Amino acid sequence: MRIFVNGEQREIEAGTLAVALDGLGFTGRKIATAVNGRFVPATQRPATRLADGDKVEIVAPMQGG
Amino acid sequence: MAFYGVELSSRLLLGTARYPSPAILAEAIKASWAEVVTVSLRREAGPERAGQSFWTLIRETGLKVLPNTAGCHTVKEAVTTAHMARELFDTKWIKLEVIRDDDTLQPDVFGLVEAARVLCEDGFDVFPYTTEDLAVADRLVEAGCRVLMPWGAPIGSARGLNNVYGLKALRAHFPDIPLVVDAGLGVPSHATAAMELGYDAVLLNTAVAEAGDPVEMARAFALAIDAGRRAFLARPMEPRDMAQPSTPVVGRAVLG
Repeated sequence: MRIFVNGEQREIEAGTLAVALDGLGFTGRKIATAVNGRFVPATQRPATRLADGDKVEIVAPMQGG
Repeated sequence: MAFYGVELSSRLLLGTARYPSPAILAEAIKASWAEVVTVSLRREAGPERAGQSFWTLIRETGLKVLPNTAGCHTVKEAVTTAHMARELFDTKWIKLEVIRDDDTLQPDVFGLVEAARVLCEDGFDVFPYTTEDLAVADRLVEAGCRVLMPWGAPIGSARGLNNVYGLKALRAHFPDIPLVVDAGLGVPSHATAAMELGYDAVLLNTAVAEAGDPVEMARAFALAIDAGRRAFLARPMEPRDMAQPSTPVVGRAVLG
Protein backbone atom coordinates (compact mmCIF):
# COMPACT_ATOMS: atom_id res chain seq x y z
CA MET A 1 0.00 0.00 0.00
CA ARG A 2 1.25 3.48 -0.88
CA ILE A 3 0.81 6.37 1.54
CA PHE A 4 2.38 9.80 1.99
CA VAL A 5 4.31 10.48 5.20
CA ASN A 6 5.10 14.16 5.68
CA GLY A 7 4.78 14.59 1.93
CA GLU A 8 7.05 11.67 1.01
CA GLN A 9 5.69 8.59 -0.71
CA ARG A 10 6.16 5.38 1.32
CA GLU A 11 5.28 1.72 0.78
CA ILE A 12 3.81 0.07 3.89
CA GLU A 13 1.84 -3.03 4.76
CA ALA A 14 -1.90 -2.41 5.03
CA GLY A 15 -2.84 -1.77 8.64
CA THR A 16 -3.41 0.86 11.30
CA LEU A 17 -1.70 4.19 11.93
CA ALA A 18 -0.15 2.77 15.13
CA VAL A 19 1.46 -0.10 13.22
CA ALA A 20 2.66 2.24 10.46
CA LEU A 21 4.28 4.56 13.03
CA ASP A 22 6.10 1.62 14.61
CA GLY A 23 7.32 0.50 11.20
CA LEU A 24 8.54 4.02 10.40
CA GLY A 25 10.59 4.17 13.61
CA PHE A 26 8.47 6.59 15.62
CA THR A 27 7.96 4.29 18.60
CA GLY A 28 8.36 6.17 21.89
CA ARG A 29 8.93 9.54 20.26
CA LYS A 30 7.11 12.72 21.22
CA ILE A 31 4.92 13.29 18.17
CA ALA A 32 1.39 14.21 17.15
CA THR A 33 -0.39 12.89 14.10
CA ALA A 34 -2.96 13.85 11.49
CA VAL A 35 -4.38 11.83 8.60
CA ASN A 36 -5.73 13.68 5.55
CA GLY A 37 -5.74 16.94 7.50
CA ARG A 38 -7.64 15.57 10.51
CA PHE A 39 -6.04 15.28 13.92
CA VAL A 40 -5.72 11.69 15.15
CA PRO A 41 -5.18 11.53 18.94
CA ALA A 42 -2.59 9.04 20.19
CA THR A 43 -5.34 6.96 21.78
CA GLN A 44 -7.05 6.53 18.38
CA ARG A 45 -3.95 5.50 16.42
CA PRO A 46 -4.50 1.75 16.99
CA ALA A 47 -8.08 2.04 15.70
CA THR A 48 -7.26 4.24 12.69
CA ARG A 49 -6.91 2.11 9.56
CA LEU A 50 -4.91 3.62 6.74
CA ALA A 51 -6.03 3.46 3.13
CA ASP A 52 -4.09 3.67 -0.11
CA GLY A 53 -3.16 7.30 -0.86
CA ASP A 54 -3.66 8.54 2.71
CA LYS A 55 -1.64 11.58 3.71
CA VAL A 56 -0.09 11.13 7.16
CA GLU A 57 1.46 14.10 8.94
CA ILE A 58 3.81 13.48 11.88
CA VAL A 59 4.91 16.54 13.85
CA ALA A 60 7.22 17.05 16.81
CA PRO A 61 8.10 19.97 19.11
CA MET A 62 10.19 22.57 17.34
CA GLN A 63 11.61 26.05 17.89
CA GLY A 64 8.99 28.78 17.44
CA GLY A 65 8.23 32.43 18.05
CA MET B 1 -0.72 39.41 36.00
CA ALA B 2 -2.60 36.28 34.99
CA PHE B 3 -3.26 34.61 31.66
CA TYR B 4 -6.33 32.38 31.87
CA GLY B 5 -5.95 32.07 35.63
CA VAL B 6 -2.20 31.34 35.57
CA GLU B 7 -0.33 33.91 37.68
CA LEU B 8 2.98 35.10 36.24
CA SER B 9 5.54 37.51 37.62
CA SER B 10 7.57 37.94 34.42
CA ARG B 11 6.09 40.15 31.73
CA LEU B 12 8.29 38.82 28.95
CA LEU B 13 7.28 35.86 26.80
CA LEU B 14 10.23 34.56 24.80
CA GLY B 15 10.34 32.78 21.45
CA THR B 16 12.76 29.89 20.98
CA ALA B 17 13.61 30.13 17.27
CA ARG B 18 16.65 31.40 15.33
CA TYR B 19 19.24 31.25 18.14
CA PRO B 20 22.85 30.50 17.16
CA SER B 21 22.83 27.28 19.23
CA PRO B 22 20.71 25.34 21.73
CA ALA B 23 23.15 26.33 24.51
CA ILE B 24 22.72 30.04 23.73
CA LEU B 25 18.94 29.56 23.63
CA ALA B 26 19.03 28.01 27.11
CA GLU B 27 21.22 30.83 28.44
CA ALA B 28 19.04 33.52 26.84
CA ILE B 29 15.90 32.02 28.39
CA LYS B 30 17.56 32.19 31.82
CA ALA B 31 18.79 35.75 31.30
CA SER B 32 15.34 36.92 30.17
CA TRP B 33 13.61 35.81 33.39
CA ALA B 34 10.77 34.63 31.13
CA GLU B 35 8.25 32.21 32.61
CA VAL B 36 6.60 31.42 29.28
CA VAL B 37 8.36 30.26 26.10
CA THR B 38 6.76 29.82 22.70
CA VAL B 39 7.29 26.69 20.62
CA SER B 40 5.94 25.27 17.36
CA LEU B 41 5.19 21.96 15.71
CA ARG B 42 6.99 20.87 12.60
CA ARG B 43 7.34 17.71 10.58
CA GLU B 44 9.66 15.30 12.35
CA ALA B 45 12.20 14.39 9.72
CA GLY B 46 13.95 11.05 9.75
CA PRO B 47 16.42 9.72 12.26
CA GLU B 48 18.11 12.88 13.57
CA ARG B 49 15.28 13.50 16.04
CA ALA B 50 15.76 17.26 16.15
CA GLY B 51 12.38 17.69 17.75
CA GLN B 52 13.14 15.27 20.55
CA SER B 53 16.36 16.98 21.68
CA PHE B 54 14.72 20.41 21.45
CA TRP B 55 11.90 19.17 23.64
CA THR B 56 14.36 17.85 26.22
CA LEU B 57 15.97 21.31 26.40
CA ILE B 58 12.62 23.07 26.86
CA ARG B 59 11.35 20.57 29.41
CA GLU B 60 14.50 21.06 31.48
CA THR B 61 13.76 24.78 31.80
CA GLY B 62 10.57 23.85 33.68
CA LEU B 63 8.81 26.86 32.12
CA LYS B 64 5.27 27.17 30.86
CA VAL B 65 5.00 26.42 27.13
CA LEU B 66 2.88 28.39 24.67
CA PRO B 67 2.66 26.47 21.38
CA ASN B 68 1.87 28.42 18.21
CA THR B 69 0.13 27.74 14.91
CA ALA B 70 2.79 29.63 12.92
CA GLY B 71 2.60 29.16 9.18
CA CYS B 72 -1.09 28.25 9.12
CA HIS B 73 -3.05 30.03 6.41
CA THR B 74 -6.51 28.52 6.90
CA VAL B 75 -8.90 27.98 9.79
CA LYS B 76 -8.73 24.22 9.24
CA GLU B 77 -4.91 24.12 9.38
CA ALA B 78 -4.83 26.28 12.51
CA VAL B 79 -7.49 24.24 14.31
CA THR B 80 -5.84 20.91 13.47
CA THR B 81 -2.44 22.27 14.55
CA ALA B 82 -3.95 23.49 17.84
CA HIS B 83 -5.32 20.02 18.53
CA MET B 84 -1.95 18.42 17.81
CA ALA B 85 -0.28 20.99 20.07
CA ARG B 86 -2.71 20.36 22.91
CA GLU B 87 -1.87 16.67 22.89
CA LEU B 88 1.86 17.08 22.31
CA PHE B 89 2.49 19.75 24.96
CA ASP B 90 -0.34 18.81 27.30
CA THR B 91 -1.64 22.41 27.48
CA LYS B 92 -4.85 24.22 26.59
CA TRP B 93 -2.83 27.33 25.70
CA ILE B 94 -2.45 28.11 22.02
CA LYS B 95 -0.91 31.14 20.32
CA LEU B 96 -3.26 31.36 17.38
CA GLU B 97 -1.80 32.57 14.10
CA VAL B 98 -3.74 32.55 10.85
CA ILE B 99 -1.60 34.32 8.28
CA ARG B 100 -2.91 36.02 5.14
CA ASP B 101 -0.02 37.90 3.62
CA ASP B 102 3.41 36.31 3.28
CA ASP B 103 5.33 39.59 2.85
CA THR B 104 4.09 41.20 6.06
CA LEU B 105 2.91 38.05 7.86
CA GLN B 106 -0.25 40.06 8.50
CA PRO B 107 -2.94 37.98 10.17
CA ASP B 108 -6.05 36.95 8.27
CA VAL B 109 -8.28 38.53 10.88
CA PHE B 110 -11.44 36.94 9.46
CA GLY B 111 -9.96 33.46 9.68
CA LEU B 112 -8.46 34.33 13.05
CA VAL B 113 -11.83 35.21 14.58
CA GLU B 114 -13.42 32.05 13.14
CA ALA B 115 -10.61 29.79 14.38
CA ALA B 116 -10.69 31.51 17.78
CA ARG B 117 -14.40 30.79 18.11
CA VAL B 118 -13.96 27.11 17.21
CA LEU B 119 -11.05 26.66 19.62
CA CYS B 120 -12.58 28.61 22.54
CA GLU B 121 -15.73 26.49 22.24
CA ASP B 122 -13.51 23.42 22.33
CA GLY B 123 -11.94 24.47 25.65
CA PHE B 124 -8.69 26.03 24.42
CA ASP B 125 -7.19 29.14 26.04
CA VAL B 126 -6.55 31.18 22.93
CA PHE B 127 -3.80 33.83 22.60
CA PRO B 128 -4.62 35.40 19.22
CA TYR B 129 -1.86 37.08 17.23
CA THR B 130 -3.81 39.98 15.75
CA THR B 131 -3.51 43.54 14.47
CA GLU B 132 -4.29 46.60 16.61
CA ASP B 133 -7.76 46.84 14.97
CA LEU B 134 -10.30 47.57 17.68
CA ALA B 135 -13.26 45.95 15.94
CA VAL B 136 -11.32 42.73 15.33
CA ALA B 137 -10.20 42.72 18.97
CA ASP B 138 -13.82 43.10 20.03
CA ARG B 139 -14.79 40.10 17.86
CA LEU B 140 -11.98 38.04 19.39
CA VAL B 141 -13.19 38.83 22.91
CA GLU B 142 -16.74 37.99 21.80
CA ALA B 143 -15.38 34.65 20.52
CA GLY B 144 -14.04 33.88 23.98
CA CYS B 145 -10.43 35.16 23.95
CA ARG B 146 -9.31 36.47 27.34
CA VAL B 147 -5.86 37.59 26.16
CA LEU B 148 -5.14 39.69 23.06
CA MET B 149 -1.78 39.90 21.30
CA PRO B 150 -1.65 42.78 18.82
CA TRP B 151 1.44 43.19 16.69
CA GLY B 152 3.83 46.08 17.23
CA ALA B 153 5.03 45.71 13.65
CA PRO B 154 5.40 42.78 11.20
CA ILE B 155 7.11 39.69 12.68
CA GLY B 156 10.89 39.94 12.60
CA SER B 157 10.89 43.52 11.25
CA ALA B 158 12.42 45.25 14.33
CA ARG B 159 10.39 48.38 13.58
CA GLY B 160 8.91 48.82 17.04
CA LEU B 161 5.41 50.18 17.65
CA ASN B 162 4.05 51.15 14.22
CA ASN B 163 0.74 52.50 15.49
CA VAL B 164 1.00 53.87 19.00
CA TYR B 165 -2.39 55.56 18.68
CA GLY B 166 -4.07 52.25 17.78
CA LEU B 167 -2.35 50.38 20.60
CA LYS B 168 -3.36 53.11 23.09
CA ALA B 169 -6.97 52.92 21.93
CA LEU B 170 -6.94 49.15 22.39
CA ARG B 171 -5.60 49.52 25.94
CA ALA B 172 -8.26 52.08 26.78
CA HIS B 173 -11.02 49.95 25.28
CA PHE B 174 -10.04 46.72 27.06
CA PRO B 175 -8.88 47.70 30.55
CA ASP B 176 -9.48 44.22 31.96
CA ILE B 177 -8.12 41.98 29.16
CA PRO B 178 -4.40 41.16 29.36
CA LEU B 179 -2.76 42.77 26.32
CA VAL B 180 0.57 41.56 24.96
CA VAL B 181 2.53 43.31 22.21
CA ASP B 182 3.57 40.41 20.04
CA ALA B 183 6.07 40.82 17.22
CA GLY B 184 8.00 43.54 15.47
CA LEU B 185 10.14 44.82 18.33
CA GLY B 186 13.83 45.38 17.69
CA VAL B 187 15.41 47.04 20.72
CA PRO B 188 14.61 47.22 24.43
CA SER B 189 13.30 50.80 24.18
CA HIS B 190 10.48 49.47 21.97
CA ALA B 191 9.48 47.12 24.78
CA THR B 192 9.68 49.93 27.33
CA ALA B 193 7.38 52.03 25.13
CA ALA B 194 4.84 49.20 24.99
CA MET B 195 4.89 48.80 28.75
CA GLU B 196 4.59 52.58 29.27
CA LEU B 197 1.32 52.41 27.31
CA GLY B 198 0.01 50.10 29.99
CA TYR B 199 0.45 46.86 28.09
CA ASP B 200 0.64 43.82 30.34
CA ALA B 201 3.49 42.00 28.63
CA VAL B 202 5.66 41.68 25.55
CA LEU B 203 6.36 38.65 23.35
CA LEU B 204 9.74 38.64 21.62
CA ASN B 205 11.88 36.34 19.59
CA THR B 206 14.00 37.65 16.72
CA ALA B 207 15.21 40.78 18.55
CA VAL B 208 16.90 38.54 21.10
CA ALA B 209 17.84 35.57 18.92
CA GLU B 210 19.48 37.61 16.15
CA ALA B 211 21.30 40.07 18.40
CA GLY B 212 25.11 39.83 18.36
CA ASP B 213 24.90 38.64 21.96
CA PRO B 214 21.46 37.08 22.52
CA VAL B 215 22.04 36.42 26.23
CA GLU B 216 22.94 40.04 26.98
CA MET B 217 20.03 41.26 24.84
CA ALA B 218 17.62 38.96 26.70
CA ARG B 219 18.63 40.59 29.98
CA ALA B 220 18.43 44.08 28.41
CA PHE B 221 14.83 43.39 27.36
CA ALA B 222 13.96 42.03 30.81
CA LEU B 223 15.22 45.22 32.44
CA ALA B 224 13.55 47.44 29.83
CA ILE B 225 10.20 45.75 30.38
CA ASP B 226 10.54 46.19 34.11
CA ALA B 227 11.43 49.88 33.62
CA GLY B 228 8.42 50.44 31.35
CA ARG B 229 6.06 48.75 33.78
CA ARG B 230 7.36 50.79 36.72
CA ALA B 231 7.02 53.98 34.67
CA PHE B 232 3.42 53.16 33.79
CA LEU B 233 2.55 52.51 37.44
CA ALA B 234 4.29 55.75 38.42
CA ARG B 235 1.90 57.73 36.13
CA PRO B 236 4.08 59.75 33.72
CA MET B 237 3.55 63.51 33.41
CA GLU B 238 1.77 64.92 30.36
CA PRO B 239 3.88 66.47 27.56
CA ARG B 240 3.73 70.27 27.16
CA ASP B 241 4.45 72.49 24.17
CA MET B 242 6.49 75.07 26.10
CA ALA B 243 9.39 74.87 28.50
CA GLN B 244 8.79 75.12 32.22
CA PRO B 245 11.85 75.73 34.39
CA SER B 246 12.51 72.91 36.78
CA THR B 247 14.74 75.02 38.99
CA PRO B 248 12.75 77.47 41.17
CA VAL B 249 12.62 81.01 39.69
CA VAL B 250 11.85 82.68 43.02
CA GLY B 251 14.96 83.59 44.97
CA ARG B 252 17.24 83.84 41.97
CA ALA B 253 20.16 86.21 42.68
CA VAL B 254 20.16 89.44 40.65
CA LEU B 255 23.60 89.55 39.11
CA GLY B 256 23.30 91.65 35.98
